[in-house]
Amino acid sequence: MGIDTTRDTTHRMDLLRFATAGSVDDGKSTLIGRLLLDSKAIFEDQLEAVEATSQSKGYDYTDLALLTDGLRSEREQGITIDVAYRYFATPNRKFIIADTPGHVQYTRNMVTGASTADLGLVLVDARQGLTEQSRRHAVILSLLRVPHLVLAVNKMDLVDFDQKVYDEIYREFTQFATKLNVPDLEVIPISALSGDNVVNRSENMPWYSGPTLMHHLEHVHVASDRDLIDARFPVQYVIRPKSDEFHDFRGYAGQVAGGVLKPGDEVVVLPSGMTSKISKIELFDQEVAEAFPPMSVTVHLEDDVDVSRGDMIARVKNAPTPSQDIDAMVCWMTTAPLQPRQKLAIKHTTRNGRALVKDIQYRLDVNTLHRDQETKELGVNEIGRVTLRTTVPLLVDPYSKNRTTGSFILIDEATGITVGAGMING
Amino acid sequence: MTQTRTDYRLSQLDQLEAESIHIFREVAAEFEKPVLMFSGGKDSIVMLRLAEKAFYPAKIPFSILQVDTGLDFPEVMETRDRWVSRLGVNLVVASIDDAIKNGIIPDAAKISRNRLQIPTLLNAIEENGFTAAFGGGRRDEEKARAKERVYSHRDEFGQWDPKMQRPELWSLYNGRLHEGEHMRIFPISNWTELDVWDYIGREGIEIPNIYFSHQRRVFERDGMLMSETPLNPIREGEVVEERTVRFRTCGDITLTGCVESTASTIAEIIDEVAIARKTERGATRGDDRFSEAAMEDRKKEGYF
Repeated sequence: MGIDTTRDTTHRMDLLRFATAGSVDDGKSTLIGRLLLDSKAIFEDQLEAVEATSQSKGYDYTDLALLTDGLRSEREQGITIDVAYRYFATPNRKFIIADTPGHVQYTRNMVTGASTADLGLVLVDARQGLTEQSRRHAVILSLLRVPHLVLAVNKMDLVDFDQKVYDEIYREFTQFATKLNVPDLEVIPISALSGDNVVNRSENMPWYSGPTLMHHLEHVHVASDRDLIDARFPVQYVIRPKSDEFHDFRGYAGQVAGGVLKPGDEVVVLPSGMTSKISKIELFDQEVAEAFPPMSVTVHLEDDVDVSRGDMIARVKNAPTPSQDIDAMVCWMTTAPLQPRQKLAIKHTTRNGRALVKDIQYRLDVNTLHRDQETKELGVNEIGRVTLRTTVPLLVDPYSKNRTTGSFILIDEATGITVGAGMING
Repeated sequence: MTQTRTDYRLSQLDQLEAESIHIFREVAAEFEKPVLMFSGGKDSIVMLRLAEKAFYPAKIPFSILQVDTGLDFPEVMETRDRWVSRLGVNLVVASIDDAIKNGIIPDAAKISRNRLQIPTLLNAIEENGFTAAFGGGRRDEEKARAKERVYSHRDEFGQWDPKMQRPELWSLYNGRLHEGEHMRIFPISNWTELDVWDYIGREGIEIPNIYFSHQRRVFERDGMLMSETPLNPIREGEVVEERTVRFRTCGDITLTGCVESTASTIAEIIDEVAIARKTERGATRGDDRFSEAAMEDRKKEGYF
């Protein structure tokens, strides 16, 4: 029996983005392959190609990892290097998986995958229990404020579906998780290979009364994870048609980053501090009564104030703080280390500027959570607490409050490459 | 005014639309000279619709670019012309025949012009000074695409280096370029084939009629049903017969096969896609079948 793939024609299906982390040994590819197969997201020709390749390589079984390893160099080396995105759907939900490699030298890929995830899925091998790697995955997901965490205890079939094994991992992990920021945790005993508790409830583990993995993914409540209190509207683009029909039209286009915007709201435009009222909000040719994340809309103001790209519209009594001194956790993503006094380009919401590294306060050991204050630089795949001074004020919120207005990227000005990802403290 | 949504939830299709509109506006704001690569197929039509919505009531602030292979379906060109005239956008056509005539690309004298699209496209990008080119690629199409970024960097030779991709976090896109480089932009990266159909149905927009069931004279080649056309002479042993078919993709007429189908409405197509057992490219695209890494290799050279 597979997943019911009957379609919902009302288009009210919602979306869950989740990130998976793990290595080949944890059975991650097998698990993803199973989710895709059971939800009919894998097609005959894809499966046939994988079966043929497995056979020609002399494998005893069909290697489902071949479904997900997309680049030639990955297939040649038999490892996943990059973040891959996969898609499947059940009647109520569409799922986007950011499938990331698990080794420490790929921390930056995991950070990338986790940046947009509503849920993080960490796999552990029941035979080995919690490893340094599984702890690291949980730490990264927590740093990136992924609101829901699932620990899948895999290969339960290889420990005779023993409840004691599960209980021990559960106890050890919940104890570790108290040091992290994990608002919602589910620990699910599974066997990806035989399918126990993946889609169908396992008959081998009557002692487990929680949800199956699929049931949890389908029902976990993510709508309330967004900030619907603090209105934040970074202006992306000013729409001025300059046509006879829409002669005086001046609309501010952008994607709502927080809160709920309504016509009549008293708003402030930052950084200028000018105030006005929202006269109307449009989505294409329709007026809407309110706009909330992640809607892309066009906002009109009553007064003819000066608004341009990079500005932010917020409520008069609830606005972000313009700041040129930024204190943030930074994940460094390139080989040449991050050092004090270094100058970089910075992009925050729709605002661009330059940043100077004032100080590297500490490097965080993502395996132990130890703060190394001796190191004065950050190497590739390392995460640390950094102070920056920017050329323009950024309109920031703490990342813990808003993942859009609390995040930024750092760009090497010479190469143009994205070299760092930042999460603002506060 | 539309009804207030008390639960503050957006359907997944609305979320995808919002993300794509965000990408269009970001590119229009940050790049000097973007262009939208338009094939006339369903994915590029969805892109045009999203661009229309992103800048309404202003006109789309960039041109659209089509590579004329000389082997396009006439029905697709008719649909293209109606979209162009309705939106009042500027259309740039880069023709393979002209490129051969002008000595820009060698005349390979082969009927498959798939490879010739690449230099023709790159030449058009360079000649017009386009710095960003929107493409309708989706990550669910093919496994090399599953790892491609929304902003996909191309060097001065138009090449994609899968090992040197920029990390892409949150919705913060990095559009930095050096002289002569350009960016490929994939605003519908996160859409699936089914999402595209759902959206076309919901928006009620025009797509080429070859997507719907019709009678066509076809013959079988390499397990695919190909159109009878002077551009693609039949070979020994191939038999032409009339069948009830439709196309799942719009490409080069000599390489794009059709499938037997009676689906004549969007709803029927959606039902068919929902139970399809083969990917759209695997089933009907000769150009993707040559090797396991066919798409990756063409992408590295500068394909869409």
